[in-house]
Amino acid sequence: MIIETIAFYLFAFITIASAVMVISSKNPVHSVLFLILAFFNSAGLFILMGAEFLAMILIVVYVGAVAVLFLFVVMMLDVNFAELRAGFLQYLPIGGLIGLILLIELIFILSAWVLAPEAETVARAPVPGGDISNTDALGRLIYTDYAYLFQAAGLILLVAMIGAIVLTLRERVGVRKQKIADQIARKREEAVAVRKVGTGEGI
Amino acid sequence: MTSTDLIVALPEIFLAVMGMALLMVGVFARGNPSRLVNYLAVISFAIAGILAVATFDGSQSAFGGLFRVDSFGLFMKLLVLLGSALTLIVSQDFIEREQMARFEYGVLFVFATLGMMMMISAGDLISLYLGLELQSLCLYVIAAFRRDTARSSEAGLKYFVLGALSSGLFLYGASMVYGFAGTTSFAGLATEFAGEGGPAVGLIVGIVFIAAALAFKVSAVPFHMWTPDVYEGAPTPVTAFFAVAPKIAAIALFTRVLIEPFGDLVAQWQQIIVVTSILSMALGAFAALVQTNIKRLMAYSSIGHVGYALVGLAAGSQDGVRGLIVYMSIYLAMNVGTFACILCMRVNGRAVEGIRDLAGLSKTNPMMALVLAIFMFSMAGIPPLAGFFGKLFVFQAALEAELYTLAVIGVLTSVVAAFYYLRIIKLMYFDDPVEKLDRPIGRDMVVVLGATGLFTTLFFVFPALILDPAAQAARSLFAG
Repeated sequence: MIIETIAFYLFAFITIASAVMVISSKNPVHSVLFLILAFFNSAGLFILMGAEFLAMILIVVYVGAVAVLFLFVVMMLDVNFAELRAGFLQYLPIGGLIGLILLIELIFILSAWVLAPEAETVARAPVPGGDISNTDALGRLIYTDYAYLFQAAGLILLVAMIGAIVLTLRERVGVRKQKIADQIARKREEAVAVRKVGTGEGI
Repeated sequence: MTSTDLIVALPEIFLAVMGMALLMVGVFARGNPSRLVNYLAVISFAIAGILAVATFDGSQSAFGGLFRVDSFGLFMKLLVLLGSALTLIVSQDFIEREQMARFEYGVLFVFATLGMMMMISAGDLISLYLGLELQSLCLYVIAAFRRDTARSSEAGLKYFVLGALSSGLFLYGASMVYGFAGTTSFAGLATEFAGEGGPAVGLIVGIVFIAAALAFKVSAVPFHMWTPDVYEGAPTPVTAFFAVAPKIAAIALFTRVLIEPFGDLVAQWQQIIVVTSILSMALGAFAALVQTNIKRLMAYSSIGHVGYALVGLAAGSQDGVRGLIVYMSIYLAMNVGTFACILCMRVNGRAVEGIRDLAGLSKTNPMMALVLAIFMFSMAGIPPLAGFFGKLFVFQAALEAELYTLAVIGVLTSVVAAFYYLRIIKLMYFDDPVEKLDRPIGRDMVVVLGATGLFTTLFFVFPALILDPAAQAARSLFAG
């Protein structure tokens, strides 16, 4: 129990600290790296909650794909972040005021918030049945009860792929590609012409 | 999941498989397979329609309530399939002329239509959202299909950004509703709200968000800002498609969401619908007066038409929904016809979009002028053309529901709107041509124009053809 508590505070602290670093570090590449650290620690939090599937997905999808994509974008687009940051102090008072108002409103709402009595037990049970793992339970739902939605989501991804190809693929004309089959199939007669050239005439 | 589930969803499964098969045809066929793929897509729409009718067996739920089939859904699906097929037929010549004939066009139409059918058949907020996204994603791509022109790309990007915003609104509202009701299925929500005295405030907030997102999809004021720009920027056949099939699907979805799960909360959403309806009718009438581009004009006109259709929904009664269904059927015919005429507007092989370009059409192409005049009179709501009956039924329902202000404002705005429809007729018949429009128009066009024109003119002879199924469809929505 004590190890779990320590692990929770460790993961939570690193998540928040690296989230702060994401928005405060000067170098955008460092920001993305801190974002990855935040993702890893959130995944740790998910594992503590017994949601190992979400943890794995978080790492595979967000670290593996999204963060790497961010890294590419940050490196490829030459955005001048120092310029974007200019005037930070100038806008601090108004931004801080709006943030403060939002915070007060949130406190008002949360102080009147009443959780349903059964909410705590429902939230604690990661698996409806009990003796099967989280991933197993999700898989059973997705491929049986929600097969229709699963297929629909697949179609949406297919359309996204078609769309990306339709809007960006260009067949460039005038590009000289090497066609090895053509090169090999070439005969001597197609390549070399023998001419008799008379003296002092040229072709 | 059982085999009956698969049979209930057979039209959708067929379209999904055909979409993927057409993709393969497009990739492996020799030459430019655009025409082949488009014709196969039209045939698939026809077969899907036949399957939908053949497998229909009363109101049924499938996949544990995620998917729902009833007369209302069937009727709306047939309208959507018809709209998609007709716009795809009239597209062909245009996309070939404008060098945008790539086979993905037809494939995206198939997937968009599939998304619309899934929206119409949704029995759960999750399946609704997935259908909506499938449809929207296809539409964003089709809007930007002419990627080399700045305006088409701009239209696609604008539609995408604002569409993503509305999806966000929808998800936020849906999560609120789920948080307060504990279920996302329409049947579950309906029983949840049936007995209670007053719904929680958070629930109303959720419904407002969902209504706002759906109002965005049907482009009702005040969520219409994207419509004129997207309609003007997108290639004309795409605009024709946008104005017809997605709009009918979104209206059907709007109706189902408000009547089925939130049917017992009429008092909560009626005022929202009344206000958006009045604003849409007014904006559709007044903003269109100053337009010079005919596609922009049609965009404002479609905003106005959505306003009239929402009058039927605002009534919240079976007659109101019947009026709405009839209105959308007639709207389909009028709009497909008008856009077919717009697609025929060419000067020296170049497509033109100015309203002035129609001047003197009665002298250069009297048949087309006559058909376009019929559509304009019908849109203005002049008896005995079909458009008059569409308006008649929704206003009748509004009067029965004692929404007198709404009905009176509706009639007044339709008088204003009549001005710009009649202006087009005046241009065609009483002004001198500046530049002659090209002739001849394609054979496909003649067939589509003839069919929609005849329907619009002769609706009053056989109104029962639409009225009876529409009444049955409305009944099925209120029974379940």
